[in-house]
Amino acid sequence: MTKDKILVWFIAILITSIFAWIVGDIIWHGAREVNWEFITTAPRNAGREGGIAPILVSTVLILFVCLAVSVPMGVGTAILLAEFTNQEGLFGRLVRRSLDILAGVPSIIFGLFGNAFFTKTLGLGFSILSGGLTLACMVLPILIRATEEGLRAVPNHYRLSAASLGISRTSTLLNILLPAALPGLLVGLVLGIGRAIAETAALIFTSGYVDRMPTSLWDSGRSLSIHIFDLSMNVSGGDGHAYGSALVLITLLLIINSLAVAITNNINKTKLKINN
Amino acid sequence: MHNQQATITYHPLSMSNEKLPIMQTQELSLFYGSKAAFCDVNFALAEKKVTALVGASGCGKSSFLSCLNRLTDMIPRTKVSGSIRLENIEILDSKIDTIALRRRVGMIFQKPNPFPLSIWKNIAFPLKEHGIKNRQKIDYIVEQTLQDVGLWSEVKDRLKDSALSLSGGQQQRLCIARALALQPQIILMDEPCSALDPISSGVIEDLIVRLRERYTLLVVTHNLAQASRIADYTALFWVVEGSGRLIEFGSTEQVFYAPNHELTAAYVSGKKG
Repeated sequence: MTKDKILVWFIAILITSIFAWIVGDIIWHGAREVNWEFITTAPRNAGREGGIAPILVSTVLILFVCLAVSVPMGVGTAILLAEFTNQEGLFGRLVRRSLDILAGVPSIIFGLFGNAFFTKTLGLGFSILSGGLTLACMVLPILIRATEEGLRAVPNHYRLSAASLGISRTSTLLNILLPAALPGLLVGLVLGIGRAIAETAALIFTSGYVDRMPTSLWDSGRSLSIHIFDLSMNVSGGDGHAYGSALVLITLLLIINSLAVAITNNINKTKLKINN
Repeated sequence: MHNQQATITYHPLSMSNEKLPIMQTQELSLFYGSKAAFCDVNFALAEKKVTALVGASGCGKSSFLSCLNRLTDMIPRTKVSGSIRLENIEILDSKIDTIALRRRVGMIFQKPNPFPLSIWKNIAFPLKEHGIKNRQKIDYIVEQTLQDVGLWSEVKDRLKDSALSLSGGQQQRLCIARALALQPQIILMDEPCSALDPISSGVIEDLIVRLRERYTLLVVTHNLAQASRIADYTALFWVVEGSGRLIEFGSTEQVFYAPNHELTAAYVSGKKG
């Protein structure tokens, strides 16, 4: 083995072992906390005892609001950018550049913006709605760019042959281009959900801290990530349940990830008949 | 005038007593930005005949083809001037329904390009788009057109398989079947054999000759021998002063054995191109 090969292996092993250490630590400390009761009951004694049921519900609701807003807007914008604007034109370049900058904005900025705009200006208050909408703003750039790349990767000859058969642009889009771009969209979705579900800073100022079971989207709700932050920073003796919540969060992410991979593979297989 | 060469064209149809051409272009030019792909083409397409477009690469043959079904609309910064009449309709009119036009004027591309759908759906999807929704009727058309292109016996047991699982030659025949299903009057073919192996290429050639009974075909080809085998009429495009021109147009026999233009003579004898 040459020197640089050893170096490359060393770096690879280092990074993997750091990741394994973090995950292993969470599993080690979290596994004994997580049980059916932990998932289905409300927190007691500031989260030191009880479970995380209302927090899970709030997290799912925030995610739902975020996706319900960002997916249609994101896909629509991606279609506009990829199919109906000139790639080198001023408009397209401007929008694309803005999105790339937005994607890199720290989440605390989004949190402050959400606090000023959604909770105050629009009067939504500290609520799941405010939190979901703020996350939607954060996720949109990722979703748009991934879907746009997916659409651009669809070979142009599909568009030409569809046109030469007298098929309308809308129908080409719905039947040929979007299904072909679906893997790209799903990648964007997974990245987006990953960013949204792990978000803390943007939610502290928008969806709030309240750990009660939400009764509507206008209620304040605490997300898993905020719960972890609160337990480990503000609640002495909350470490155990912080580990448990972190384990639940990581498991959720893994499930969403593998689901998306499975769906993508399934689409590619049925579409391309790789097995035949 | 410097473009005199281009205007000396021979219209076989105007010299015979056959019916009027199904499609006719006058002074047709196409610009990509400020660059002319071809200029001042006067051309006529005879009904239920095979016409071949030959000439070296980059002389505007394919561009010419994509004007005839307004596929040029899809390419940014193109400008088409002149006139194209399909029977009595001016198809360069901006009010023309391009969807209806493209149903009448089908197109086959150089590289086989079936949709990433099943074999059956490749034919059924365009049919549904054009309002044919009855399942039995669709099944009937799918079988008929696949038989027309000689693909039925090869795929009848796997119509639900992806079209992308077919070989290149089979894919190209599927694309032809897909175009035939819409019952076009004219089929434009842009080097339909050049991406295929010699055997598949021969199959497509035979198919073109058979289709002549029912359709009008305009075939771009690089292969002179192929043009002489399949075409009733042949047109030669050539680059003159930076843009493509129609140099000579006549019956295949005349173009090959008694060319009027020295460029044609040089090209068909292999001295040029």
